[in-house]
Amino acid sequence: MRVSELKPQERIPRVKLRTSHFRLAVVASALMSAAEAAMASSPTSIFSELSTPAQQENGLAFFVLGICAVIFVSVAGLLVYAMWKFRAKKTDTQQEPPQVFGSVQIELSWTIIPILIVVVLFLGTARVLFSVQDAPKPKNALDVTAVGHQYWWEYHYPQYGVAVANELHIPVATGDGGRTTYIKLTSADVIHSFWIPQLGGKTDMLPNRVNEMWLDPKKTGEYLGQCGQFCGAEHAKMLLRVYVDTPEQFAAWIAGQQKTQAELTAATATSTDDAIDAATGQRVFEQQACINCHTVQGTMANGRFGPDLTHLASRKTLASGAMDNTPENLKAWIADPSQFKPGCLMPAMHLTDKQNAQITAYLETLK
Amino acid sequence: MGSETYPVAGGAVHEAPARNTYLEVIHSWIVTVDHKKLGIMYIVYALLFLVVAGIEALLMRIQLAAPHLHFLDPQTFNRMFTMHGTTMVFLVGMMILFGLGNYLVPLMIGARDMAFPRLNAFSFWMSAFAGLLLYFSFIGGNGLAGTGTAPDVGWFAYAPLTEKAFSPGHTIDYWTVALLANGVGSIGTAINILATVFCMRTKGMTLLRMPLLPWLYATMSFLTLVAISPLTAAQAMLMIDRYLGGHFFDTQAGGSALLWAHFFWIFGHPEVYVLVLPAFGMASEIIPVFSRKAIFGYPAMVAASVGIGFISLGVWAHHMFTIGMTSYGNAFFTLSTMLVGIPTGIKIFNWLATIWGGRIRFQVPMMFACAFLLQFLIAGLTGIMLSVSAWDWQLHNSYFVVAHFHYVLVGGIVFMLFGALTYWYPKMTGRMLSERLGKWHFWLMLIGFHMTFDLMHIPGLLGMPRWIYTYEADRGWGTLNLLVSIGAFIQAIAVLICVINMVWSYFRGPLAGPDPWDAWTLEWSTASPPPSYNFATDPVVHSRRPLWDLKHPEDPDSAFE
Amino acid sequence: MTGLIIAESAIFTIFVVAYLYYLGRDVSGPTPKQVLEIPWFYSVCLLSSSGFIIAAEHAIEHGKVAAFKVWWAITMVLGIIFLYGTGVEWRKLIVEDHLTISTNLFGTTYYSLVGLHASHVIVGLLMMLVVMVFTLLGKVEQRHAQRIKTLALYWHFVDAVWVVVFTVVYVVGR
Repeated sequence: MRVSELKPQERIPRVKLRTSHFRLAVVASALMSAAEAAMASSPTSIFSELSTPAQQENGLAFFVLGICAVIFVSVAGLLVYAMWKFRAKKTDTQQEPPQVFGSVQIELSWTIIPILIVVVLFLGTARVLFSVQDAPKPKNALDVTAVGHQYWWEYHYPQYGVAVANELHIPVATGDGGRTTYIKLTSADVIHSFWIPQLGGKTDMLPNRVNEMWLDPKKTGEYLGQCGQFCGAEHAKMLLRVYVDTPEQFAAWIAGQQKTQAELTAATATSTDDAIDAATGQRVFEQQACINCHTVQGTMANGRFGPDLTHLASRKTLASGAMDNTPENLKAWIADPSQFKPGCLMPAMHLTDKQNAQITAYLETLK
Repeated sequence: MGSETYPVAGGAVHEAPARNTYLEVIHSWIVTVDHKKLGIMYIVYALLFLVVAGIEALLMRIQLAAPHLHFLDPQTFNRMFTMHGTTMVFLVGMMILFGLGNYLVPLMIGARDMAFPRLNAFSFWMSAFAGLLLYFSFIGGNGLAGTGTAPDVGWFAYAPLTEKAFSPGHTIDYWTVALLANGVGSIGTAINILATVFCMRTKGMTLLRMPLLPWLYATMSFLTLVAISPLTAAQAMLMIDRYLGGHFFDTQAGGSALLWAHFFWIFGHPEVYVLVLPAFGMASEIIPVFSRKAIFGYPAMVAASVGIGFISLGVWAHHMFTIGMTSYGNAFFTLSTMLVGIPTGIKIFNWLATIWGGRIRFQVPMMFACAFLLQFLIAGLTGIMLSVSAWDWQLHNSYFVVAHFHYVLVGGIVFMLFGALTYWYPKMTGRMLSERLGKWHFWLMLIGFHMTFDLMHIPGLLGMPRWIYTYEADRGWGTLNLLVSIGAFIQAIAVLICVINMVWSYFRGPLAGPDPWDAWTLEWSTASPPPSYNFATDPVVHSRRPLWDLKHPEDPDSAFE
Repeated sequence: MTGLIIAESAIFTIFVVAYLYYLGRDVSGPTPKQVLEIPWFYSVCLLSSSGFIIAAEHAIEHGKVAAFKVWWAITMVLGIIFLYGTGVEWRKLIVEDHLTISTNLFGTTYYSLVGLHASHVIVGLLMMLVVMVFTLLGKVEQRHAQRIKTLALYWHFVDAVWVVVFTVVYVVGR
């Protein structure tokens, strides 16, 4: 039998809506709200409206999810229905079913409809794509340069002459004194990626190339993220912390970072080599190889390979989020970094306990 | 493998030869150029590596089941995900698909063997050697930290992490040389398949009467030729950098990390279509037979397959939406990626229309094919979500991507492979697989697969990036990861049942006969397993389903084509 | 052979892309304009060898083995002259201009691309040598014409690649 021999009403079956369908819909929406609640509780959920890029991407996401959900329900529904309705039953005769080789109208329609869906999806995407990527830069934007390293983050504020590591402070963008932050991204070694999900999508950091992104956070607070491109052994521990401050808090923080080291530690001339205090610690620090990799502004330590330590004690965590910034952790880290981040590029310095204590005492004063 | 006594088309009767010694049997397999034996060797090799790479995955899942576990140290974890990906793509995927293609394409077109049997054997042994070289890295060389020098830079091996400055040991060299060798084997087989399909079809079989599986294999082979070569070139450049002082990816000298990314994905994206196109071919053979209907819209299926092949060459930078291309570049690749979804969707609709109005027999091959259809639909839709470049800036390099591509690779390709192995196992061995064990295999695989990969999308949406050996407890990813890991173990049990089924049935399965499924393509017209010459006389065909014509002389396809 | 040519073309394309991408991006070292001289004579030799190999194909198709030997030998000699020319050029670049594969981006991409092509010429010549040996031993006859044409197709491919490499390196690149 060929399809042309079937009566018209036999060709397309009808599906009646039943109570079971409504129950299914209720269950599905309950699941979705549970999922949304779960998503809202994670500090790195991408479903966020807290910055314009994130918000636009969020809106686009729901638009796309909606279209895909409709496609899924209709196509999967038809598939499941077909698998159920056309299963071979024991009552069937051995006769083969009617052989249908094709239908130009049906095939044309299921070519044209997907093309239309693609056009709609593409236009929706293009709108957000150009709006975010090619957004004009406001005149009062804050400039930040971010440099990715194996396995830490270097930040510069060229407008203020400030260099920090691992914890980024930016002002909120709404309200009086609010500013958008424009970040230039590059890398000192391999490819990294800067990703704070609640504030926007990620942008890669490539050596020998500068990429750009922008954020305009709408709420103050602490935002978490991490490196989004495999960069070596400790990629997993290359965590990100961004503090969105009020304009006043931000100004105060910048002022604090601009203080030099000399203003921070009051060195006493009478310290002995045995004392475990900041002054002795500074002398011991300057005698070690630490100064070849790290910078402490105002001292002879001016290495660029490791994070800037000028304001180390003002940070909440050490080693780019690997642990909390406490004196015990700092001592343990200096004694053997590979305990916390095996494969990281800071070697164990083989210091005596006394030297370690002295240096830690010194570093704790670098607020 | 000796043949049994049976009548074949043409009436000749074949005598079983005297039993050989073990040594003679092993020797015959090592020196063979017979496409069937080579095909089986490819398949067995790939299944062994499936188990190995699966174990690598299980080890990773144990490490990730809760935050801050210390089951694997970071370097070992990084080696695991690199080897898991590299093994699954090259030593499992490519090998098993080339193996099935090797076995089936000549039989389905009525040919005696592949066009270049010795090249065939050379390609197999080259690729097999490459796999052993890759795994030798675990014990050979002097690595950075204890576990040998297995590569640890991800299967995509982004520069400049792979340059001598950042990877001083030999890990990269094992990765590069092994894959160069594997690539040579792949190119050889691809040339073979193309030559066979275009030059060795039997009498009456025009290209438009050829079954869809050889069509998909021809497209896939063409893609292989065009796509593996960029990887070969890029790897050659990497070796020049590492050993001859070159600067291709040396950013200090002006080299570009971006260039590696482009070259790799110019290879990498068509590569995944190389992996999926044969699965489409298998679906197009199995679904009609078990729905008892011809494939709906054969010309459109051919056009869609070839179209997918060509369009897939122009979508590669959708893996690079965050790397800093211009907005126009991003827009272009968004559009091209969405466009490739159209012929793919058409294929799904054609399969749906094939089932529609049929009389579906839910035996194990069809169960896997049905799961393939639904899972591939979902995978395609998450792919569309990822093609939305502005949203991809969030999703890129997160577990959402991992979930998506495993949905395609496992939910699509592996499920279809299980269906295909069940379907053609009787032809290859002469025995049927156990239907009961097959059903256990299927249901456990289904449950485990969905538990792992449905849930895996969610940590991605919650900001979990890829390639991390552990994660913070305050991110909300812990419970989900635990459930994902449990699902992985369920899948492992399913695969174990599959292996047991294949081994047990080889010795104790019921005899299959030439055509156990009542199918319509030429391979079912000869014995199971086929004699070394495949067909006693060259078949002559008049339609796309020669056996349908023979079984239904009152209603032959040739009257309608 | 067509399949192999497709695959090889893809490899060459990638090296050409790398060459073009890196033009002008050197941080240091000699530039193409400074050190490259257009190898007119050697290119003419290589490209004309395609013509001679066509004559050889024609001869063997018609069973004229003696004529085939002559045309085949001329093709090989022209190929060898081309390789000699490449060697001379490289000697000058390395010894006089101090340009090696590790000097700068230009050095890396130049030697890789031209070297890749030269290696294909060498392989072609080796295969042609095998045919020559068999011919001299009297084993090659008219019925082998198809196989010889397959090898000739490879040689034409090598020449076609040279046209591209020549244009990219010596014309566009300088």
